[in-house]
Amino acid sequence: MRNPLSEKIVSIKPSGIRRFFDIASERKDVISLGVGEPDFDTPWHIRDEGIWSLEKGRTFYTSNSGLMELRNEITAYMSRRIHVSYDPANEIIITVGGSEAIDIGMRAMIDPGDEVLIPQPSYVSYEPCAILADAKPVIIELKNENEFRLTPEELSEAMTDRTKILVLPYPNNPTGAIMERSDLEKIAEICIDNDIYVMSDEIYAELTYGREHVSIASLPGMKERTILINGFSKAYAMTGWRLGYACGPKDIIAQMTKIHQFAIMCAPTTSQYAAVDALKNGDSDVERMRESYNQRRNYLMYAFREMGLPCFEPYGAFYVFPCIREFGMTSEEFAFSLLDAENLAVVPGSAFGDSGEGFIRISYAYSLEKLKTAMGRLSDYVEKLRKKNGTGK
Amino acid sequence: MREKILTFIEKNSRVDLKELAIILGMEEADVANELEAMEKEGIICGYHTLIDWDKVTTERVNALIEVRVTPQRGHGFDSIAERIYKYPEVEATYLISGGYDLLVSLEGKTLREVSTFVSEKLSTLDTVISTSTHFILKKYKDHGTILHERKDDERMIVTP
Repeated sequence: MRNPLSEKIVSIKPSGIRRFFDIASERKDVISLGVGEPDFDTPWHIRDEGIWSLEKGRTFYTSNSGLMELRNEITAYMSRRIHVSYDPANEIIITVGGSEAIDIGMRAMIDPGDEVLIPQPSYVSYEPCAILADAKPVIIELKNENEFRLTPEELSEAMTDRTKILVLPYPNNPTGAIMERSDLEKIAEICIDNDIYVMSDEIYAELTYGREHVSIASLPGMKERTILINGFSKAYAMTGWRLGYACGPKDIIAQMTKIHQFAIMCAPTTSQYAAVDALKNGDSDVERMRESYNQRRNYLMYAFREMGLPCFEPYGAFYVFPCIREFGMTSEEFAFSLLDAENLAVVPGSAFGDSGEGFIRISYAYSLEKLKTAMGRLSDYVEKLRKKNGTGK
Repeated sequence: MREKILTFIEKNSRVDLKELAIILGMEEADVANELEAMEKEGIICGYHTLIDWDKVTTERVNALIEVRVTPQRGHGFDSIAERIYKYPEVEATYLISGGYDLLVSLEGKTLREVSTFVSEKLSTLDTVISTSTHFILKKYKDHGTILHERKDDERMIVTP
């Protein structure tokens, strides 16, 4: 029989998180800090709007690019948040989560052999999506000493004349890093000088603490070369609704819409109606959740200081990324033995790229009570290891 | 700063000072000073516990009473409200716009106790024109907390 499988697909490595998930989910009484989604329920007024749309029988397809009403709201949102004006008719497409936008964005822009620059540690789907689009993914290994921000030097070094897209994943999962205006300005200059497009994944844009989120699309000359990806999952705690969007130049959005039209048809209608309400009436919910995340972040930073675990202060998303190199284990070994010893699940940093080796991702999308118990377990474990290794204080 | 402290302790008054300071990213001494000042200024009026008494065997009866009164010259509604809220069985008293004047929340041990209060104490006040008593049959939500809800974390244990 012929091999039924595509070599290209088979060659893609399965996500490093998968194996860890399988083992962790077999155990009982595990406290997990391994979740990449908000712990809040979707605010009730948004859910109610979804229910209402079902009751009214709004159960049909929407247009391929999504409800016009929703695109209008996104236009309004973008101009009030980042002061960039997008034409709702041609420059916005509603997708099935930010993930779909990453996929179709790559496919719309890549010819075989084009290079996509992917700074890591970062979300797990950029590299496979680049491969699916027949691009050559080029990894930029971000550094702890730069707080995992992308530096102009790192960018210049990774560039070739085949470089077409730079993925810019900030605020970042898994490190919690952000890029501030001054950081972005240097990156933008290089992109313009070398005619590189930017795929800016800003799904965590609403979750920054004490620092304002700046979109690279808002810098001069960048709107026309940026695909801005955002969505409802993180800001409005709507992960299960599967709704995201991309804003960008008309020509790119048109080609993305073509792929979307044939592969997906349209994003879920119920979710789109709910999302209209989220953008219209959800600002105070976002504010409330952000404040809550910030309190937890403050607590975790304190807990790590007490434990003596080195960790830069992350200003975005809902992750902290402490360094565990002192224990002489890989991050996967550390995560497995922590699970084994203390029933505490964290995600090894290496799941987000080789440069995440030596770190663990800790999510604070959990109640303070749970975080306290978890930090107690982590602290016990760290003590034990230091005693065993003779490095205790 | 005050608003941040208040928003937090409104839902969790048991948090200790040190922890509160860490969570809010403030100095412990500053938080202590603010708390003390707000207690003195009567902004913080108490640290209560929200209890679902239905789950405790002790019998309790709650009622909401709409009261129509004649306001008094020079005092408006305040003096009549005071005569009512001074009764210890009165849980809360509000001046209300609309079809009646005062809303009185009452807690008693038995139905009889509540009705005795209404018929003998409340209705007999000179300025009270009429009362309408509503007994509370079930509390679903109180002080922003849903009383019968306990939810487990339904998220998958590890996700990217």
